[in-house]
Amino acid sequence: MTGRASVGAAAGLVFRRDLTLAWRRWDEVAQPLIFYVVVTTLFPLATTPDLNQLRTISGGVVWVAALLASLLALEALFRSDVEDGTMEQWVMTGQPLGWLLLAKVASHWVLTGLPLVVMSPIVGTALGLPFAAWGTLMLSLLLGTATLSVLGGIGAALTVGVRRGSVLLSLLVLPLAMPLLIFGSRAVGLVMDGESPSGPLQLLAAIFFLSLSLGPVAMSAAIRISVES
Amino acid sequence: MLPDGARLAAREINAWRGDRHILRDVSFDVRSGEFLKITGPNGVGKTTLLRVVCGLLPAESGEVSWRDRPVQGASDEFHAEMAYLGHLNSLKADLTARENLRFLAGLRQALSDSDVDAALDRVGILSRGDLPARSLSAGQKRRLALARLLLSGAALWILDEPVTNLDTAGIALVEDLIREHVERGGLALAAAHQRLLDDAPMLRRLELQ
Repeated sequence: MTGRASVGAAAGLVFRRDLTLAWRRWDEVAQPLIFYVVVTTLFPLATTPDLNQLRTISGGVVWVAALLASLLALEALFRSDVEDGTMEQWVMTGQPLGWLLLAKVASHWVLTGLPLVVMSPIVGTALGLPFAAWGTLMLSLLLGTATLSVLGGIGAALTVGVRRGSVLLSLLVLPLAMPLLIFGSRAVGLVMDGESPSGPLQLLAAIFFLSLSLGPVAMSAAIRISVES
Repeated sequence: MLPDGARLAAREINAWRGDRHILRDVSFDVRSGEFLKITGPNGVGKTTLLRVVCGLLPAESGEVSWRDRPVQGASDEFHAEMAYLGHLNSLKADLTARENLRFLAGLRQALSDSDVDAALDRVGILSRGDLPARSLSAGQKRRLALARLLLSGAALWILDEPVTNLDTAGIALVEDLIREHVERGGLALAAAHQRLLDDAPMLRRLELQ
């Protein structure tokens, strides 16, 4: 043994571990993405196949679907680690817990948020979203899903010890996610009207950095409470 | 190898579980080179005491100190020097035995492949190193959890029923591991029902009632 592992190495191990685990359970990981594609495909069936009408709601539909798909993936974020005792070991590694949890949330985002962002031009185009809005849609979703992963991480950390915590988790996270939805779909709407989306995008970026800076502290405090049993 | 003079002390710990006051003014003291065995009937609070010492559960009152400094508020420094083996083995069923060690013990210590193999060999499951943890028997999982303890580099071992699911050879292994650790200057704390190092000179007892 060559001495203490650095914080960066420890966070890297957490990140790689979750990717390895996801690779072995890819069916669970793919679930939110499938949900996302299915929901956006249902809209033209339920409303109208006319692309000109669909176009007006396309940004909003993609955003709502992405939001719900992200929420769907959140509940299981910390559950298995708390149940099998891994989390109590993480609390006692002597490493800053916030960094380990942030690494876990980052891998969660790569597995569930990033695929939504990558798929968004395709599902958007199916709803008549113009090519000119692709960049804004992807950028807004990039910031939005990443923020949601951190906010959801706080919620998941708080509710992981609660039986049937998923309802509580939605109640906690959805109000916090509302600004993301509003600014995100507004940015897409602006660019489709030929205006600059920079205002709402900057607000999204501000919310992202705010949650990134406070998230690890809140998550580690919540996890410490959740392993007290 | 391990720094001398380490001391873990608990002073008048009181703890509640729900509405039951289960730990009443529990005090103990363990120094480097000692093994404290905590005994007592089921439900008397052995696990609770160990979890309070680990900082996983808050005590109602009382103080745990490590190297004569209160653990409260300096928990990262304390945790870096201790390793806890609980009722749960803290294993991921989908990861192999080797990966389990790398991804959990590796958070504390920078490990090489030979470190991991040496630990697996010491607990007698080297040949199972590349099997997913789900396919190990209950005893082999416990041995894997013990291997994590060996790789932790910790001075203080806190063990909750370490011999659960182990065969007689496994129990002897746990005794050897604790004896070696303590002889190197480490400290160990264990809650146990079974015989565990009962005749060893380093043994001290704490009976909860």
